[in-house]
Amino acid sequence: MWDRNRIAARAAQELQDGTYVNLGIGIPTLVSNHIPPGVSVTLQSENGMLGMGPFPYEGEEDPDLINAGKQTITELPQTAYFDSAQSFAMIRGGKIAMAILGAMEVSEQGDLANWMIPGKLVKGMGGAMDLVAGVGRVVVVMDHTSKHGESKVLRACTLPLTGKGVVDRIITNLGVLDVVPGGLRIVELADGVSEADLRAATEATILG
Amino acid sequence: MDKVYPSAGAALVGVLRDDMLIAAGGFGLCGVPELLIAAIRDSGVRGLTFASNNAGVDGFGLGLLLETRQIRKMISSYVGENAEFMRQYLSGELELEFNPQGTLAERMRAGGAGIPGFYTATGVGTVIAEGKEHKEFDGRMHILERGIVADLAIVKAWRADPSGNLVFRKTARNFNVPAATCGRICVAEVEEIVPLGSLDPDMIHLPGIYVHRVVQGLHEKRIEHRTVRKREGV
Repeated sequence: MWDRNRIAARAAQELQDGTYVNLGIGIPTLVSNHIPPGVSVTLQSENGMLGMGPFPYEGEEDPDLINAGKQTITELPQTAYFDSAQSFAMIRGGKIAMAILGAMEVSEQGDLANWMIPGKLVKGMGGAMDLVAGVGRVVVVMDHTSKHGESKVLRACTLPLTGKGVVDRIITNLGVLDVVPGGLRIVELADGVSEADLRAATEATILG
Repeated sequence: MDKVYPSAGAALVGVLRDDMLIAAGGFGLCGVPELLIAAIRDSGVRGLTFASNNAGVDGFGLGLLLETRQIRKMISSYVGENAEFMRQYLSGELELEFNPQGTLAERMRAGGAGIPGFYTATGVGTVIAEGKEHKEFDGRMHILERGIVADLAIVKAWRADPSGNLVFRKTARNFNVPAATCGRICVAEVEEIVPLGSLDPDMIHLPGIYVHRVVQGLHEKRIEHRTVRKREGV
């Protein structure tokens, strides 16, 4: 089994040198700690920044410089700022190669649910719907099962969707799965996880 | 042309009325027009609809106008930080229209640019698409979204000159540009008003044609999540 950092480290292997990438909130944020040597990516923050740097040193926080999670951050020598319409123009326009996002549920058709639990949680989708519709490749990172042990990798999502048929790859604490025609295909198993373990924890159709 | 007003209250005289649609800049608490929000609270105007990415937090930003029940409806993409918002929404006192963040930004941009609607793939197959016109372009389904033209836009910039040219700072630009452009009247609050000629014309982020009134004031600029790293070797 992989922990949050191992999931993030595995997701970081998806990063292609020289590309622009958007990382979501939670485990996806940790991906930036694991960017492989020799790989240079530019992180986009959808509130209006390319070239997102690390958290500031204490005392150097700037209220005018935050990421999409509203956390204080810093700029880099290549940083550019822009407004929200421009930010989503580059997302919608397919200029961002990949988004790495968290999820509540993913289906075998690549449907993603990560923004709302009816009657329980009213927060909003933020930029997630725009990202999954616009970026080149969508990688989901999450725990394979809920706290109650129920699979989050499903035949069909039960929660309101963020996007339909948008997920390309799923990276969980149990392994890596690709969304392919007809279901999911196992790419990799996490340390100490057998194929039987992965199948038992997955409600969705796994091919082969 | 001098667009400078002496206070946020003075800059809103004659432009506020009950039940109006206001577009507001800001992302989270970053770049929110905090002085104009406070002045709207003090004016007592009610039944407002706000197009704003977020709804502030309890006690700051648009949270101030939620506390006083001056907001009837929010058009937003994310409202997760405000307990009073949740309470009013779940009890049915407050109307909420969720827009994907990029769709909201583009609705403002389009409205300000004279474009009444646009097609986007964002939200296709989700509740956002329900009841909206669908159209296929190049083999991909899109939905029709409407441009927003607001009765009033309130924005926050870093610097202005008296003609209303605005310069923003870092990620505080965010929704302030599209919000400003979609207002029939736009009032901007800034940290500093500089003399005509002292802003580099090549470095203006928003030309003054979009900005009708400007007010300078002291900003609290509250930080929502203060995150830091340790200095190595200290």
